[in-house]
Order: sequence, then C-alpha cells, then structure tokens
Amino acid sequence: MLGIRLIPCLDVAKGRVVKGTNFVNLRDAGDPVEVAEQYYSEGADEIVFLDITATHEGRNTTVDLVRKTAEKVFIPLTVGGGIRTIEDIRNLLNAGADKVSLNSSAVKDPEIIRKASDKFGIQCIVVAVDAKKVREYKWNVFVHGGRIDTGIDAVVWSEKAAKLGAGEILLTSMDKDGTKDGYDLELLKAVSNSLEIPVIASGGAGKIEHFSQACEYGASAMLAASLFHYKKLTIKEIKDYLESKNIFVRTIN
Amino acid sequence: MQRTKIAVIDYGFGNIKSVINALRYCGAEPCIVDSPLKILNFGGTILPGVGAFGPAADFLKLKGFYKIIRDYVNSGKMLYGICLGFQLFFTRSYENGNYEGLDIISGEVKKFEFGDKTLKIPHMGWNDISIAEGVYAEKMFYSINNRENFYFVHSYYVVPENFLYVSSICEYGLKFCSSVAYENVWGSQFHPEKSGKEGLKILSNFINEVGK
Repeated sequence: MLGIRLIPCLDVAKGRVVKGTNFVNLRDAGDPVEVAEQYYSEGADEIVFLDITATHEGRNTTVDLVRKTAEKVFIPLTVGGGIRTIEDIRNLLNAGADKVSLNSSAVKDPEIIRKASDKFGIQCIVVAVDAKKVREYKWNVFVHGGRIDTGIDAVVWSEKAAKLGAGEILLTSMDKDGTKDGYDLELLKAVSNSLEIPVIASGGAGKIEHFSQACEYGASAMLAASLFHYKKLTIKEIKDYLESKNIFVRTIN
Repeated sequence: MQRTKIAVIDYGFGNIKSVINALRYCGAEPCIVDSPLKILNFGGTILPGVGAFGPAADFLKLKGFYKIIRDYVNSGKMLYGICLGFQLFFTRSYENGNYEGLDIISGEVKKFEFGDKTLKIPHMGWNDISIAEGVYAEKMFYSINNRENFYFVHSYYVVPENFLYVSSICEYGLKFCSSVAYENVWGSQFHPEKSGKEGLKILSNFINEVGK
C-alpha cells in the first residue's frame, strides 16, 4: 500500500532555520542541515526547505545548504521560495534537490511549469498554491504571502498547473496557516477531487487528529512546520496515530 | 581499502546528484560518464534517470550507448537501472508514442490508468514491496526485510515477458514489477538513493557485487 507522506517544512533564511509568525519576529532555530538530518532519522518521508530570503546572496546560501543536506539525507528534498527561472531550478537540482516548488513565478508566467517539466520531468515540479476563501466553496489564489488576491480561482489554477506539467500541488490555506486549528478540509477536497495528481495539504496542522482528517479529505501528503519545530508532536507519534486509524504509513525501525 | 569505482551514466536530463551522493555515502567512488566506451572500464555501472522515455532513449541511441550497454551486459559486468533507467532496459515503451528501449529484458512499459480518482498519478511516495524468491533477489535485497518501503515516483510501469527476472512486486491499483535482478542485471522502479537506509542497503549490496 502506498503510504501517506509526512513532510516537515523548514523555513530558511541566510542559511539558518527561522521560526516566526507571518514572516515577522524571526528567530534563529538552528542549522538546516542538522534539523533536516534529525527529521530524516525520525522517519520523515520528505523534507521541504522554504527559502524566505529574497536576496540574491541568500539564494546562493540556499543552494549551498541543499548541497550539504543532500550528502546526508537520503529522502526526497524539495526547495521552494523565490524560484523564478529555469536556471534557478537547474542550480537547485544540480545541488541535489529532488523537486522544486514554484509559486508566484508560475502565477505570473504559467509557461514556466511547462518548460520546467519538459526539461526536468514532472516528478520534480511542485506547484505551490496559496489559497484564501473569498466566499462559501470558493477560494482564490493569493500571492506575496497572502496579501494580494490574484482573482484566480484556486481549483481552476490547480487544474491548469496539472495540465501544464506539475507533478503535485502543495496546497496552503492562507486562512488556516498559523491557526493550529486544522487543514482547510473543504478546500483540500475541492482541489483533490478535481485532480489526478497528488495534493499536499498545508497550513493549520496543530493536533494529531488534523492529520487523519486531511487523509479523509484527499491529501496524499501532509506538510507541517511549527508543529514539528516546537516538538508539539513527533513524526513517530503522528504515524502511530495514523496507523491506529488504519491509514497506511511508512514506519522505520 | 580502495573504494569500488562505479560509473554513473549522465545523459543530461536527470538529477544524478542524489545517486552520486548515495554511492559515495555507501563507500564507493562514483564516476560520471557521458560517453559510451568509458563504461567498459568499470565493473559496475548505474543507469539513473528521471523524465520521459522518448528523449532519454533518443539521446542514448544518438550517443551510441545502446550497443555499448548491451555489449557491457553481455560481458557479465554489473548494471543497475533506476526508475527511467530501469524502464529503458525493456523492449519498448508507450510513453508519448512508441519508443524502442535497450531490450536487455523482453517486455513493455505501460501507463497507469485507473478509473478511481483517489489513485493519484504519478504513483508518488513510499510503498512496500514483496521480495521474490531466488538467488538473485536474495543478493539484491540482502539484509532487507520483506515488505520494506521504498520511494517511488512514476506514471508508467514495466511488464516483463518472463517472470524469471522479477525480484520484487509492488501494488498500486494493480500488481506490478518493482524491481528485477538476474545475473548481472539489476533494476528498480523505486529510487534506492531516496529510500532512506533501506535504499542505501541495496546500493551497498550492488557495490559489494561489483567488488567481488
């Protein structure tokens, strides 16, 4: 049986893991390589680095970070944040990233999805969709950390991204992100039901039940950041819980 | 002790960095090879690969890899194909057309097609495998438990004509061949270089075979 994937996300800036709410009050939270290794040994199914530095120098630091992590961590590694060009993607893949996650740049120019997946294969192109509810059963794609409404319907955009060659959708609810009161299940269901490709649920995980709920509503994988950073729950605890609910997960000895 | 040298064929598309890192971690000395004749200097070669069958097959043919890889296999040296590299072992693939593979193993590569929308395509993530019986499967999966999980990401699967080659079976909507091992030819649909400790064990087993 294919397992449900648990994916810790590390926000990185200037080569360090940072913690904070809504990109303010950032606090240093360690060396990304060490943190990634820790999650790897605890049984994470994949790791995501989200680069929240916007500068060019910051970007080079991230490439370096990916290189070091890929030498020690032998599970898939995804890198997202500020990726704009095919060259950016190539640099990250050459450094040892397995997937890249495209966000605003894909909204601005959807053709980058097609170009990137033609070149590197759909397995390494993740399209990150930041969605916010605008009315009942209707979500729009937001960019710039949830500040700007693009007016694009999140379900329609996800379908388009899949058609252009996305291998999976990383779906973040901007309403739920940081709230700890659970993934946006209706959003998840709406997007997952309309797609053939896998959907990663993101934004809102705070309790162990939230993970089984996301599975029921069509998630192929669940991403969480602060929950793991603050050690509110361990990967093992979540996996044991899912197993008790008859949801298949990969366990390690 | 000298590190065992392993050739890793680079055909310009895939991310081969992960394979290089994993081989190095397992104690081998990986060498990137982009021209066919060079592989004849190695006792072990890995054909990695991600991306689409057609462009990869065209590239390998154009560069003259097809004949050399077959000669290499006939000489009895160890070859391991990963993911697309594994699919390239077979006679033909129907990915976006109809392409000839290396034909080291008779069989075809077909697309997953499900009526059930909860079975997402690509088949992406960790799935468990049933290891086949036999001396070659035993070598490939030495020190690995049956039903261990490995990392997959693919929309096409192989259908070998002869069951003899099959070293493991996986299930996703249907039962499919997740790896082969026969004499000096090993291949897996899953990525050993991305499958944590268990995946690294397979690469170590391969390196050991090469070093024998």
